[in-house]
Amino acid sequence: MDVHLKGLTMAFDGHETASLFKRGSAPSKVIAVNNFSATIKSGEMVSLLGPSGCGKSTTLMLLAGLYRPTSGQIIFGGEDVTRIDAEKRGIGMVFQNYALYPHLTVRKNILFPLKMKKVPKAEANKKMEEMARLVQIEHLLDRKPGQLSGGQQQRVAIARALVKEPKLLLLDEPLSNLDARLRLEMREEIRRIQLKVGITAVFVTHDQEEAMSISDRIMLMRDGILQQECHPQEMYRKPVNIFAAEFIGSPPINMLDRDGQRVGVRPEHFTLSQEQDFFTGKISHLETIGRDTLIRVQSAENETVRTFVDGNTTLKIDDTCHLSVKPENIHRFNPATGERVGDA
Amino acid sequence: MSTKAVIGRVVIYLILAMGALIMLVPFVWMLSTSLQTAHQVNIRPPIWIPIPAQWGNYSRILDFAPHFPRSFVNNLVVASIGTILELTTAILAAFAFSRLRFWGRDILFYILLATMMVPGEIMLIPNFLTIVRFEWLDTYRALIMPWAASILSIFLLRQFFLAIPEQLSYAAKVDGCRDFRFLWSIMVPLARPALVTIALLAVISSWNAFMWPLIVTNSPSMRTLPLALALFRGEAGTFFELLMAASVVVVLPMIILFIFMQKHIVAGVSRSGLKG
Repeated sequence: MDVHLKGLTMAFDGHETASLFKRGSAPSKVIAVNNFSATIKSGEMVSLLGPSGCGKSTTLMLLAGLYRPTSGQIIFGGEDVTRIDAEKRGIGMVFQNYALYPHLTVRKNILFPLKMKKVPKAEANKKMEEMARLVQIEHLLDRKPGQLSGGQQQRVAIARALVKEPKLLLLDEPLSNLDARLRLEMREEIRRIQLKVGITAVFVTHDQEEAMSISDRIMLMRDGILQQECHPQEMYRKPVNIFAAEFIGSPPINMLDRDGQRVGVRPEHFTLSQEQDFFTGKISHLETIGRDTLIRVQSAENETVRTFVDGNTTLKIDDTCHLSVKPENIHRFNPATGERVGDA
Repeated sequence: MSTKAVIGRVVIYLILAMGALIMLVPFVWMLSTSLQTAHQVNIRPPIWIPIPAQWGNYSRILDFAPHFPRSFVNNLVVASIGTILELTTAILAAFAFSRLRFWGRDILFYILLATMMVPGEIMLIPNFLTIVRFEWLDTYRALIMPWAASILSIFLLRQFFLAIPEQLSYAAKVDGCRDFRFLWSIMVPLARPALVTIALLAVISSWNAFMWPLIVTNSPSMRTLPLALALFRGEAGTFFELLMAASVVVVLPMIILFIFMQKHIVAGVSRSGLKG
């Protein structure tokens, strides 16, 4: 099912958050999502990426029907669902803190959406077991959520979201509460399950690496406005503005001023050269992490860049080095607007 | 364990034992007196273990208070229906005040809270006049209705509901669950510890209520147990052995209830926090 968002806008009034005794402190109006238009294609995994407060979670809540948009339309397939309640949209959702029902066993948690749909018991049980097998929690069915680890709870949450065979799966920062190793594992799991079920999915995250690795497409947001929407590699190779360039990539892109333009070069695109070329400076910091060594180079003009050199390097702090870069790896931006310029 | 720790333990248990003793002595005295003869009651120092025990005192309750069984039934009816009503109104109101969004919600809640500052005695006469206007005097309605909603219970439950993460209600909505179903299937089971507390408070205050039943009932058949106890204090003096026998009968259901509910109270407290 294709999902279309048309001019979606969500403004929060100040009084919605301010309580009786906290008058005057809250801002009067916040536009969390501003004229957001996009299409999510059937079977696709799309990431809504951006810093906190950029409106990505609000967009997800709008998709879920948990918020009513101020204006704009949400269309599922051919049907306008803008005014339809969350209960009737037939979507599955996974939350950051899992939001499992603490008093119910895993089995009953997964059965809950089917019970709401009044699916006959035998059929519901069959679906529940199928889903438990898919997310690999068959052995945990009689436990309560409190007796599970974070990763296991997340699997249960995914099973609960998928068991009613929704047309759209929404994931709200599903990995943020997990530790680093588990995060990697669950990231792959979510992708595996999504591909296996073939469901259209929207994944909200503030972690660019997560978005890059998991999704077919990334929608990058900032201050409620969609900045760029494309394949992850495309966003890495051709960021449309300074914000996109700086948000994607770790370590972050190096931004310099050259010829009246803002110029960005990714750390791995610098190469050491023998003579003076694009950038010259002294090494101010050097750290070796396994295969590579990350160096920070500071120029006489007090500009710094980060780059990688071979892990077996003989370079030391305070050594002078020259860095060159291929012209096609230089991103140029208009310093006033921040927009990308000068593409052939 | 070091000597110091042992001494510490001993001191703690001594203090606890003293507390238990202070709580228990009145009950033991009541039980003991209820099994004594009229003569033994007045002996000083008091007799703790009367031999032989006068079990006949219990059957003599009916001689003095022929409506005693009826009063017992009245108490059961008033306490159980009143408690069910109080729980129902508390659950619905707490849900509205914690989860629903409507104009003036918080102001309305603060007004309700403000009524808690009004002493109960002040409301005695207005409530009585209302009951009279409704022509409810001397009925179960009069005994039950004024206590069918309790601001304290609503407040307690609202605080409990507020502590339940909002995302749980989002999850339930996405799962296709409407408000009322969510309240019944998710919020109420989760709030069980709070509900047990509210129910206990409601039952105890209703069971022991004296003033209100006294002013709204006239006929002996509508009297409740605390009023029936007053019958044992006659002009010729108080029949302590009978009064205590009747008191044992009045107190017993509460003790049984407490022993039964204790499991739930402990379960409520030891239940691990709401994770997610």
